[in-house]
Amino acid sequence: MNIVVCIKQVPDTTEVKLDPKTGTLIREGIPSIINPDDKGALELALQLKDKYGAHVTVLTMGLPQADAALREALAMGVDRAILLTDRKLGGADTLATSRAIAGALRQIDFDLILAGRQAIDGDTAQVGPQIAEHLGLPQVSYLLDLEVNGKNCRVKKSTEEGYQILETEMPCVFTVLSTANKARYMTVNGIVEAYNREVEIWNADKTGTDENLLGLKGSPTRVFKSFTKALKPAGETYEVSPEEAVDLIISKLKEKFII
Amino acid sequence: MDKSEYKNVYVFIEQRDNVIQKVALELLGKAHDLAGALNEKVYAVLLGHNIADKAQELIAYGADHVLLAEDECLKDYITEPYTQAITQIIHDYKPSIFLIGATTIGRDLGPRLSARITTGLTADCTKLDISEDTKELMMTRPAFGGNIMATIMCTNHRPQMSTVRPGVMQKMAKDTSRKGEVENVKINFDKSKFKVKLVENVKVTSNKVDIADAKILVSGGRGVGNKEGFEMLGKLAEVLHGEVSSSRAMVDAGVMPHDRQVGQTGKTVRPNLYIANGISGAIQHLAGMEESEFIIAINKDKFAPIFKVADLGIVGDLYKIIPLLTERLKFELENR
Repeated sequence: MNIVVCIKQVPDTTEVKLDPKTGTLIREGIPSIINPDDKGALELALQLKDKYGAHVTVLTMGLPQADAALREALAMGVDRAILLTDRKLGGADTLATSRAIAGALRQIDFDLILAGRQAIDGDTAQVGPQIAEHLGLPQVSYLLDLEVNGKNCRVKKSTEEGYQILETEMPCVFTVLSTANKARYMTVNGIVEAYNREVEIWNADKTGTDENLLGLKGSPTRVFKSFTKALKPAGETYEVSPEEAVDLIISKLKEKFII
Repeated sequence: MDKSEYKNVYVFIEQRDNVIQKVALELLGKAHDLAGALNEKVYAVLLGHNIADKAQELIAYGADHVLLAEDECLKDYITEPYTQAITQIIHDYKPSIFLIGATTIGRDLGPRLSARITTGLTADCTKLDISEDTKELMMTRPAFGGNIMATIMCTNHRPQMSTVRPGVMQKMAKDTSRKGEVENVKINFDKSKFKVKLVENVKVTSNKVDIADAKILVSGGRGVGNKEGFEMLGKLAEVLHGEVSSSRAMVDAGVMPHDRQVGQTGKTVRPNLYIANGISGAIQHLAGMEESEFIIAINKDKFAPIFKVADLGIVGDLYKIIPLLTERLKFELENR
C-alpha cells in the first residue's frame, strides 16, 4: 500500500501578522510546527504502515524552511519526503493550493491520500476535499479511525451529533482530526537519520499544471482587507441581589444573541 | 465569464433526518438582507427524500423560491450525490451568491463544489455584506485563531461562495403568510461516481464534546468546591447546550477530569460564551480563556482578577445565582 500524507507547516503562535499592503502572511520570525490535524494524518499513516506494511510519502507545499517539518516526519518513520516550493505558488488561495498539490500527487504512486482536516492558521478545511475533486477521488473528511481490508476502507467520521461509519474503496482521500490518535515522538536514531536523508525539492513545473492556475494568479479569491479585532472594552461588574444578577445575565445573553 | 448572467442569492438547506438545520434558516435570514441590497431573490436549495413538506417552512423564513430535488440518494448527506445535484443546479440556474452552513456537512460539500465549479470559497464567514459601489459580496472571516479578521472577495468568478458559521446570522421571524414558489428539479446523476456508502449514523450525547470545540462553557473553580457544585453547573450547561469545564484547582483536587481543564496546562478555549463560576482568575487560567467571545464571571470576591477580563461581572453567591439562572433560562428558551 502506498500512502501519501499532505502536511502543512504552520506558525506556532497566535502572534501572527499580515502584510497590510498585500494582505498576505508575514511568516518570518515565528516558530513553526507541523499542523496538528496533519500530525494526526501522519500518525494514522504510520499506524497503517506498522499494521499492514506500507510505503509512506510525506508531501508539503511551502517555503524552503518547511524542510524542517518534513525532517520531523522522516524522524517519525516516513519513507519519502517531498517539498513543493516555488515563488510561482506564493499567495495561493485554497483552490490554487489544491491544484498545485493535486498536480504533485499525480506524479506519485498512491492508494491512499491522507491530510489533516484543517490548518490552524487558515482554519478553512478546504484543501483536502479540493484535492480529492481535482483527482476525481472519493473523500471522507473529519476522520477519527480507519480500517483497511484489501482495497476497501471502513472509516469513522466525526459529526456534530456523534459519528458515522462509512465505507469506500481505494484510491481515496481522507482528512483526519488531531484527536484521532496521539502522534508518536521522533526517535533519537530517527532524528539523526532524518538529517542525512534526502528531501526532494519540486518546483511548480513538476506539478504539470498551467502556471496561470497556480499561486496568486490562479486564485479566485483575494484578501480585500485584513484587520485586527478591536480590543474588548472593560466590562462592568455589579454587586446586586441574585434576582437582579439573573436579569442582568439574561438581558446580556439576549443582546449578544447567545440565547 | 459574463457576470451579468449570474443572479440571486442561493442558500443550501441542510437537513439531517429530514429536520431542517437551524443554520439554514439563519442563512435564509442573511440571504434576505443580501438579496434586498441587490434587488434580487432568495433561492433555497432543498435536497432530500420525502422532504417536500418542508418547502413552505423555508418560504416562511425568507425564501422566495424553493428548488426541491428529491431522490433516494439525497436522503442522507454524502459528498458525491450532493455535489452532483448542486453542480447541476448552479450550471442551470446561475446563482450570483451561494451560501452554505459551516458544519461538518457544509465544510465537506463547499470545497468539493468550489473545485468542481471552479470558483472561490471563503470558509467560516462571520459577516457578509454587499459592497455599495461594486455590488460584490464582501465575506469577512476570522483567521489565526480569531486574532485577525480578513475580508475576502471573489470578483472574477461566480457564484461567490461562502460557508457561514452557525449561530452568527439571524433568522427572520417566521411569517407563514409569505408567498413563494416551489419548483421540482430533476437531477441527472452519474451513479458510477458514487463510491462512498453510509453504513451507520451514530448519535452520542453531548457530554463527549471536547471543551475546545464547545460554543458555550460553564466553568467552575475553587468557589464551586465539590462534585455537587459541578452537577449544578451541569444543569445550567445542559439548558444552554454547553459543556462544563474547570479550573486547575478543581482538577488537582480530583473533582473534575483533566480533559475538562481550561488554562495553560489544560486547554485553550474560545467559546461564544464562557461563564466563570467561583474562578479567581489566575494568569494561567486567563491564558486559556481570555479570547472567549463573551465572558461572564460570578465570584464572591469583588477584587478577583477574573473581573478584569469579564464582559459582565457579578459579585455574589453562585450557589444562589446559578439555580435561579438555570430556571430562568429554561423558561426563556422554552418560550421563544
